[in-house]
This record gives sequence, C-alpha cells and structure tokens, in this order.
Amino acid sequence: MMRTPAGHKVYAMAAEYPSAAALYEAAKHVRDAGFKRWDVFSPFPIHGMDDAMGLGKSWLSGWVLFGGVTGLLTAAVVEFGPSSILYQLDVHGKPWNFWTVPAFFPIMFELTILFSAFAAFFSMLGMNGLPRWYHPMFNWERFIRVSNDGFFLAIEARDPRFTENGVRELLERTGGEHITIVHED
Amino acid sequence: MDAAPTVPEVEEAEQELTRVPLVLHRRNFSWLTERISGVVEQPAPRWWWVAFAITASTATFGLFCIGYQISTGVGTWGNQIPVGWAWDITNFVFWIGIGHAGTLISAILFLLRQKWRTSINRSAEAMTLFAVICAAIFPGIHVGRFWMAWYMAPMPNNWGIWQNFRSALMWDVFAVSTYFTVSVLFWYTGLIPDLATLRDRATTKVRKFLFGIFACGWRGSNRNWRHYEMAYLLLAGLSTPLVLSVHSVVSFDFASTVIPTWHTTIFPPYFVAGAIFGGFAMVLTLLLPARAIFKLHDVITPQHVDKMAKIILLTGSFVAYAYTMEFFVAWYSGNSYEKFAFWNRIFGPYWWYWWFGMLFCNCLSPQLFWFSWCRRNVFVVFFVCMCVNAGMWFERFIIIAGGLVRDFLPSSWRVFHPTWVDIWTYIGTIGIFTSLFLIFIRFLPMIAMSEVKTAVPEADPHYGTPPGVQSVSPGGKERTR
Repeated sequence: MMRTPAGHKVYAMAAEYPSAAALYEAAKHVRDAGFKRWDVFSPFPIHGMDDAMGLGKSWLSGWVLFGGVTGLLTAAVVEFGPSSILYQLDVHGKPWNFWTVPAFFPIMFELTILFSAFAAFFSMLGMNGLPRWYHPMFNWERFIRVSNDGFFLAIEARDPRFTENGVRELLERTGGEHITIVHED
Repeated sequence: MDAAPTVPEVEEAEQELTRVPLVLHRRNFSWLTERISGVVEQPAPRWWWVAFAITASTATFGLFCIGYQISTGVGTWGNQIPVGWAWDITNFVFWIGIGHAGTLISAILFLLRQKWRTSINRSAEAMTLFAVICAAIFPGIHVGRFWMAWYMAPMPNNWGIWQNFRSALMWDVFAVSTYFTVSVLFWYTGLIPDLATLRDRATTKVRKFLFGIFACGWRGSNRNWRHYEMAYLLLAGLSTPLVLSVHSVVSFDFASTVIPTWHTTIFPPYFVAGAIFGGFAMVLTLLLPARAIFKLHDVITPQHVDKMAKIILLTGSFVAYAYTMEFFVAWYSGNSYEKFAFWNRIFGPYWWYWWFGMLFCNCLSPQLFWFSWCRRNVFVVFFVCMCVNAGMWFERFIIIAGGLVRDFLPSSWRVFHPTWVDIWTYIGTIGIFTSLFLIFIRFLPMIAMSEVKTAVPEADPHYGTPPGVQSVSPGGKERTR
C-alpha cells in the first residue's frame, strides 16, 4: 500500500479536465497506456466514453432477461396453478379449453414487465456497488464539482502500472489540471 | 453532334442545416445547475404558500368526502342502476390517461432519441405518478367496502376466495399497479444523479443527510454511467409496451362488456391516443406557468412548446378519427342498438357534453396547432390545453355514463345526476394532484439536470476538438497514435 509522507493511504492520482472533449481524449490515452484500474467522472454520461475507456457492453441486460423470465413464470404459476388445478372458477359458464388461454396473457405480460423493471433497477445498483455513501474520491475538495460541471480522471494506486511519476506525466501530457494524490481515508 | 456534356450549374453551396439549440443563449453546465437547483434551494416564495394553501385545503376536503363516502356508503354518490359507473370511473380513466404523457415523454421519446425530451421528462414523469395516485383512489373506493380492496391481490386465504384472472377488472389491477411501480423505478433512476448534485450543493445538515441517503453515493463515475445508461435504456424499453398496454387494458373494462358504444374493437388504440392527447395537454398546463415563474425559458424553449403542440395536434387528430369511425361503424353495422346509442350521444340527455366536450374541445380546438403562430403563442397553447383537459373528461363521461343511461330496457332508463360528494371528490383529487406537484417542484429538481446537460453542444466529446487530433470511431477500434 502506497502512502504519502504524512502517512495517508493513497487511493489514486487524479486530474481535472476542462471539458468533456478533453476528458474523452485523455481517456483514450490512459486506455492505451494499459491501465486497468482507473475511472473518469462526469456530471452526465459522455457519448462514446465506454469505447474510449475500452469498456464493452454492459451485461446488465442479462439480469433483466432473467427478471423477465422469472416474472413470466411467476404469472404462469399464479394464474394456471389455482385457476386450472386448485380452484377452478366457473364464471358465466365460460369454457376452459386451450383457446381460452389468451385471457391469461395480460397478467403474464404485466408481471414480465414488473419483474424486468425491478431487475433493471436493482442490478443497476448492485453492479455499480451502490448505495455506497463513502468513496475516497470525495476526499478531494475539487471533486464536489463532479455533479455540476467538473470532469475528472483518476488512476488508482493499486493498478500494477501505477508509478507516481509515470502517472503524473501521463495526466500532464493529456491536459490534466490540478493533478493531485487522492487519499484513501 | 452531341453537345458536350455540361455540368449542371450549382446555384450556391447548400447551406448547412443548423439545428435550433435546445438550450438557448449558450447557457453552460453550471448555469443549468444553478438555475435548476436554485428553484429547490431558495426559500419558498409567497405565491407558493398561497397556492399550496388553496390546493392542500381542496385536497383535504376531497379526503373528507372520500372518508364520508367510505363510512356511509356508495349511496352518497349519484350512481344508481343502470348508471353503476359514473363520475368515479370517469375520474379513474381521466387521471390514468393523464399519466400516459409522462411515460411517452420519458420512454418512447427516449427510444426515438428525441433530445428535447430532457427538458420536460422529469416533471412529466412526476405528473404521471401523481395522476396515477389520483386514479388509483377511485376504483378503490368504488368497490364500496374499501377495507376489502385487498381481495384484489391474489393471496392464499382460507375463505375459498380466489381471483378470476380472466376478468378485465383483474387485468386492470395488475396493469395499473405495475404501471405505477415501474414509473416510480424509472423516475427514481433518473433522479439519482440529480440528487447527487443537490447533495453536493447542500448547505444544511438535514439536506446533506437526506439528499446523501437518496443519492445512494452517486459519484458520476463512467463505470457507473455504463450500467446506469443500460438500465435506463431497458427501463425505457420496458415502459414503452407497458404504457401502451395500460390504457388498452383500461379500455378492455368497457370493450369486454355488451353495452352498445362500449363493445368495440377500436377502444384500445383510441384510448391510448386519447390518453397521450390529454396527458400532453396537462404537461403543458403545468409547465407553462412553472416556466414563467422560475424563468426557465432558456431550457423549456418555444421549440419545446411547439413540438408538444404538434403531438397534441397529431393525437387529437387520431382521437377525432376514432370518434368519426365509431359513428361510421354504428351506421355501417346496421345494429339498431348501436345506432340508437350514437344518436343518443349527439341528441340525448348529454348532447351538450358531446357538442362542447368531444367536438369543440377535443376535435376542433387542437386544429389551431396547424398554424405555427398558434403553437408559438403561449396563450393560445394554454387555451387549447385547457380545452383538451376539459374535453377529455367529458369524453370519458360520455363514453361511460352516456352508454349506461339508455339501457336495453326503456323502463330502466335514468339520467345520472352527480351529488356534492361526487363533485367534491373529483375536485379533491385535483387538489391532491396539484398539491403533490407543488411539493415536487419545491423539493426536487423539476428538470433533469444530468440529462439536459447532454443536450448542450459542449457535452459532445468531439466538441471543439482541435484539428489534427484524431477522434475515436464509434466502434472504438482506432487507437491513439
């Protein structure tokens, strides 16, 4: 664990960039320098940043598919189980044959959507490690602008390629300003 | 002999088509943050307290009426056989319809990459939630024994009671509750980055704590944005069929019966178009005053109003087409009950509801939006929106009560008269709706800051890239140097 002379644990070296475009260009350089444990921070999602960081597609969609299938099966069990087997309701003498199955579709559809939406929301929080009310980046006083108009890039000290001078040089070369060490605690 | 081929003369270089900016006066990110958060951070202005006092007392009286109705019985309303569904179900359909515009703006326009939605989606989604809350009140208290409304939920019990899943009313329970839940999730997902903004700007301990809790520790990390954007996209994709299904299912409540004017296959698309039509009118009804009061003209620009007016014109024309088609089919079907019912719609006891509400308010008034000066004049826009708000209520009333007042059996014909409880319960829900909206604009950002910032040119990663610097291709295959 890297420590500052004052004894603080080092989380990362971070820089601020003047614009979304500058951050986007810088991200490509950091990606190509081979860093793996790093991140950029912006007040809004920057179009194309996933590619600039070398990140692939988010597979959150897999969880949503799982949620949808679960919802569909839940609806099928809740509807057909009691209605066809346990407690057949005879309403208006309507038939019970195979052709009446579409009358069960609306609720199957609704529960598919409902479970998928829950899966989307909770997997978004889960895959992002949220809620997390503490993060080392909040130790940097300039970082408060991240939710307003600040664009930041941080390379974590635990990245195998991290060296203080190398990272500082890289951040300087890509136009980073206010380069600083961010403390872990 | 052939003449030498001549190059067609180009008059002048084609002018590059420039888009009208969505945020006017080249406002930057921090201006947007300041202006939008400022609404929430300033002390409540005096007009707010006055408005809230009025709406909250209306809401309170509405709640009193609901309490009176629950404790005394459905007889406090004017409902009598054959008119078993009247103002209550009219109000239900009216409110649930209003919600649809919010989801259309937040989900369908998102999938269609309409960036102008970013200025209006937050308040439209909030409007959806409040409208669905108002809507959900009516079927609940209409069942008469409100304390037994939980029978609608399929829970194992020892009374041998089980739900009929093949009933349109049961579909409605699932559709509306799913719609509300998904709308809350979608709205809250959109709010998280903005709550982080308010958290970072908070000056008092209470605000820091509350916004901190609800922002979930959001820090704008791109590794988070990646999953966030996928979740948002999927929620939009899920909400799109959902919103179309909800009013379709509401229309099944009517279409699956045998009442003339109800038993038609045109109902699902007709109801959905009407819902979006009425909902957009309500969005503008709320946003035009809010924009004037909070000086948000640079964010909700004339272009936004213009586009919403065009959607009102489009969906209003769908609705007018559906009205026409109903009459045509009544005539063409040769069904004498159907013909009588539609004749009764124009010349029966509710004739003026039809002439004023359906014809003038819903079909004719939106036609003003063919003219661009009407779409640009906020007073004309507001007038049309108020017409549509009223007209859509009349439409639902005519469809519901108008279909019931003239039964198959002339001896049971009876015209519906609302009681004071009917009227004040409805006015009370308007109070609930406006009170909730006033609370919303006081405590939460009414414009999605993190989204509207993406509509600013500087948000483009290629904005102002110096010449010579190579930019990454969309596929991300190019490498730097």
